[in-house]
Amino acid sequence: MIAEKYAKEIEGILARFPTKKSAVLPLMHLAQHEYGYMSDEAKREVAAILGLDPTHVLSLAGFYSLYYEEPVGKYVLEICNDLACALRGADEFVEMASAKLGIPVDGTTEDGLFTLKTVMCLGACDRAPMLQCNLRFEENLDEAKFAALLARLRQDAKQLSVVEKITSYAIGE
Amino acid sequence: MTYLLLRHRDIPDLHQIDVYQAHGGYNGLRKAVLEMSTQEVIDVVRASGLRGRGGAGFPTGVKWSFIPKGPGEKYVVINTDESETGTFKDRELSEKNPHQVIEGAIIAAYSIGAKTIYNYFRGEFMDAGYAMEEAIREAYAAGFLGKNILGSEFSCDFYCHYGAGAYICGEETALINSLQGELGQPWSKPPFPAVEGLYRKPTVVNNTETLANVPLIMVNGAEWYMGLGTDKSPGVKIVCMSGHVEKPGNYEVEMGVTYRQLIEMAGGMRGGKKFKALLPSGGSGPVITDKALDAPMTYEGLTPFDSVMGSASVIVMDESTDMVWAALKMSHFFKHESCGKCTPCREGTFWMEKLLHRIYDGHGTPQDIITLESVANQIGGRTLCALGDFAINPVLSTIKHFPEEYRAKVQGSSNGQMKQVAARTAVPS
Repeated sequence: MIAEKYAKEIEGILARFPTKKSAVLPLMHLAQHEYGYMSDEAKREVAAILGLDPTHVLSLAGFYSLYYEEPVGKYVLEICNDLACALRGADEFVEMASAKLGIPVDGTTEDGLFTLKTVMCLGACDRAPMLQCNLRFEENLDEAKFAALLARLRQDAKQLSVVEKITSYAIGE
Repeated sequence: MTYLLLRHRDIPDLHQIDVYQAHGGYNGLRKAVLEMSTQEVIDVVRASGLRGRGGAGFPTGVKWSFIPKGPGEKYVVINTDESETGTFKDRELSEKNPHQVIEGAIIAAYSIGAKTIYNYFRGEFMDAGYAMEEAIREAYAAGFLGKNILGSEFSCDFYCHYGAGAYICGEETALINSLQGELGQPWSKPPFPAVEGLYRKPTVVNNTETLANVPLIMVNGAEWYMGLGTDKSPGVKIVCMSGHVEKPGNYEVEMGVTYRQLIEMAGGMRGGKKFKALLPSGGSGPVITDKALDAPMTYEGLTPFDSVMGSASVIVMDESTDMVWAALKMSHFFKHESCGKCTPCREGTFWMEKLLHRIYDGHGTPQDIITLESVANQIGGRTLCALGDFAINPVLSTIKHFPEEYRAKVQGSSNGQMKQVAARTAVPS
């Protein structure tokens, strides 16, 4: 329960605003960080903390693109293939990434590590092709750098705690 | 050149408050709070001719002057949503020169009598936000934020807030709604935020780059600023150069530089290819061709060419670019980012993308081009906010300037070198 686990952080967030409702996006970010995606339970928890109707949190989760309503991999690779990036090879980069991971766009690898997505402008058009991995930007990419990124992330994943390992899930088709 | 906004390129570690202060940082705030009345601050900013750098170009001092005088809660909101395709200036400012933005925002708060500043970052900019949060902590510790700033009666708090991925939140009323925990959808003005904004209190919403100009204006004066750029568009501007140029990136220039000069600054056309077109205002402005390359980059410079400077996010395209593909890319963006509140935009952007798909895929007819124009013309001017107007610009301007490419597509001779990719959304049948 994020209310208990992040009590101090939530208190700090609530203190920034004159209304509880303003804290809903930050709390949703917190919930997604905790659960990996905005599960129904996560939505209900956020709603309960703020005294909101759960359907309001549901509508926000559907409106804002950074909230995932379905389970995703441990690392969400979101490649910008908007016009400015596409002019510098982002579409081809998406194809390469899809082939290298063996999954289509919006797919997740069988080991549950990677989800591949395409997104609209991330504000780094001068460093295309680029992607964000769990909100961290990886820029000026090419096939070799992408392969190195995957290797680094796979290595990082091995450092997960036993609990995380045994609770990680594989998402079927 | 000596940078005014991108000063971190000249001064290492400018993001640290000690370095920032060693180079005149917070002197603008000192001058404003300790030597000037709130009205004098507004008058100086108004006299400087500073206009909104987010794209709309509204005079900043005039905007501040709309805030009712007297007691009561008021707010300053910094718009760091920066979601316009091709725009990446505010991110650099936030990460590398955050104190200049913070100082400008505090001056704005002082001038309108606000006790609270919110900086609304797009959710993807959390790294930039963290850099700014560190600078905010330094500013509090140095007495530039918090209670009785610089020993004066003026107190002010500053918070960063993170959106969650929605282009529409760059529109000020949608941003305010989002900050209030609502869907990021605009409202029909009036009421204007200056009268009824955040929490229904008077609110100024300023772009990040706009505020970064303010400390310099305080220190150097309105006349100094008016001496930069052109008469009607004074000052400096960060231009985001992307696409088919050798050296994409942010370039700080005086207003009035031509688009041809901007391309030269960015190293020229990539691979020596021939220029074809550019989008002068990210995805939201009409494309211009080589006929407009010698136009000055000012708020009025592109008017004769039926385009706008906007946020000065220049996306350059060379001769290899399929303009129907480019229009389709932008249409996909606007369809995805339409907030859904008003029908012309929600439905119209969907149909524009669908028609463009059909044309690009080689299944279109000449009638589809006419229908595409018709749909676009039924969106323009009929939406709550400017997103609908933006969405039609790439479509109508590419049809206007490159009709032969559209004709070639519907006649079945695809001249597009760009590959379709699986990543693209499939057209609903």
